[in-house]
Amino acid sequence: MKPAPFRYVAADSLASALALKAEHGDDARFLAGGQSLIPAMNFRLAQPAVVVDINPLGELDFVRAAGAGGLRIGALTRNRTLERDALVAQRQPLVREAVPHVAHPQIRNRGTLGGNLAHADPASELPALMLALDARLHAKSARGERWIEAREFFRGVFTTALRADELLAEVELPEPRPRTGTCFMEVARRRGDYAMMGVAAVVALGADDRCTHARLAYCNAGETPVSAATAAQALVGSRIGEGQIHDVAAVAQREIDPLGNVHASKAFQRHLAGVLTRRALQTALDRAMAGR
Amino acid sequence: MTAELHAITTTVNGTRHSRRVESRLLLSDFLRHELGLTGTRVGCEHGVCGACTILYDGEPVRSCLMFAAQAHGHELTTVEGLAPERGRLHPLQEAFRTAHGLQCGYCTPGILLTMKAFLAETPSPSEGEVREALSGNLCRCTGYQHIVNAVLLAAARLRGESSA
Repeated sequence: MKPAPFRYVAADSLASALALKAEHGDDARFLAGGQSLIPAMNFRLAQPAVVVDINPLGELDFVRAAGAGGLRIGALTRNRTLERDALVAQRQPLVREAVPHVAHPQIRNRGTLGGNLAHADPASELPALMLALDARLHAKSARGERWIEAREFFRGVFTTALRADELLAEVELPEPRPRTGTCFMEVARRRGDYAMMGVAAVVALGADDRCTHARLAYCNAGETPVSAATAAQALVGSRIGEGQIHDVAAVAQREIDPLGNVHASKAFQRHLAGVLTRRALQTALDRAMAGR
Repeated sequence: MTAELHAITTTVNGTRHSRRVESRLLLSDFLRHELGLTGTRVGCEHGVCGACTILYDGEPVRSCLMFAAQAHGHELTTVEGLAPERGRLHPLQEAFRTAHGLQCGYCTPGILLTMKAFLAETPSPSEGEVREALSGNLCRCTGYQHIVNAVLLAAARLRGESSA
């Protein structure tokens, strides 16, 4: 298994990388961590004419505070960095909790946030996190730049809102609301495998312990990462109890649209979504109550 | 398309090498075929088995999921670079011998390099942590039990516990 021939260019500047992409469009691919692109090239499922290696562009590898509680993360930031970074752990514990589920340490050492999101595998954890955290994604091209809301970004299996000349350059995670609790859980057949089902839960509480904000987002639950907006919205305004968690999980089970596969039937995926939603919501709620 | 060659210089196990490589040459094949370092194994060639794991600037990576051109200006360690000198073994290798941490040995180089980085970061791992750290390296012979024992033994020895 060897890739088909291609032209390799190690980018010496962001401008030159964007110029190459503008010139070659869909015939060119950006190489970030390469942990999805290179296997696809080894299988010859992907045969780009030009590979623009953006690994030399250190300016895309950063984790920065944005305001009092937000985060800005460069697209070239490795998963391993997200796993280890103290600022990520402090400001977005959901990311810290979920990233160790992404493949194996060797893969996380190379794989990047931007590459993962631009690849848009609906079974991957990170796209679901972006929905749960209301992330904004920054696209750059030779023509200019724009911000894309996470809920607008994922369009289908391996398909995003990025245009043929655009690079995903950065992700912004807004400051969590006061008294936010989060939880990520998944079930995989083995550690590091793609999840048969995974859920990211976010719950924020007001001073009276009523829910002010909630998100439920799922991986491997459809052709894109899936947000169960109706289920989550049902929590807002109430003091969340066990019975309501049960009811909301049942709504979420119907809101997702898992594809089913050889490892897990659609029915089993829905079952897992129900169990995981109840557990993750309860944990997120407990964490919000505990002020974590 | 005519093969386009890239001049690269990379340091492998402390030795600098300069070569001209084709764009599509995988780093794993570069190490084996260009440098003759056949200790790096090629298993699945799509990042699942871990047999081709090397250290890239000190971090374990799949060498089948990188291009040789990406090694330019970087430092690599392969299993050939583990032992301190000819005739001596690295403490990890010694522990794998003592604890029977291998049978056919195909997966062993990748596991040794993965564990070298793991033990540097986690000198006193639990059995569960060792198993999780091994999750990206497939072994079809041992059932992992003796590998886990070997890693725990190596960790104890590296901590200087003489009874280990």
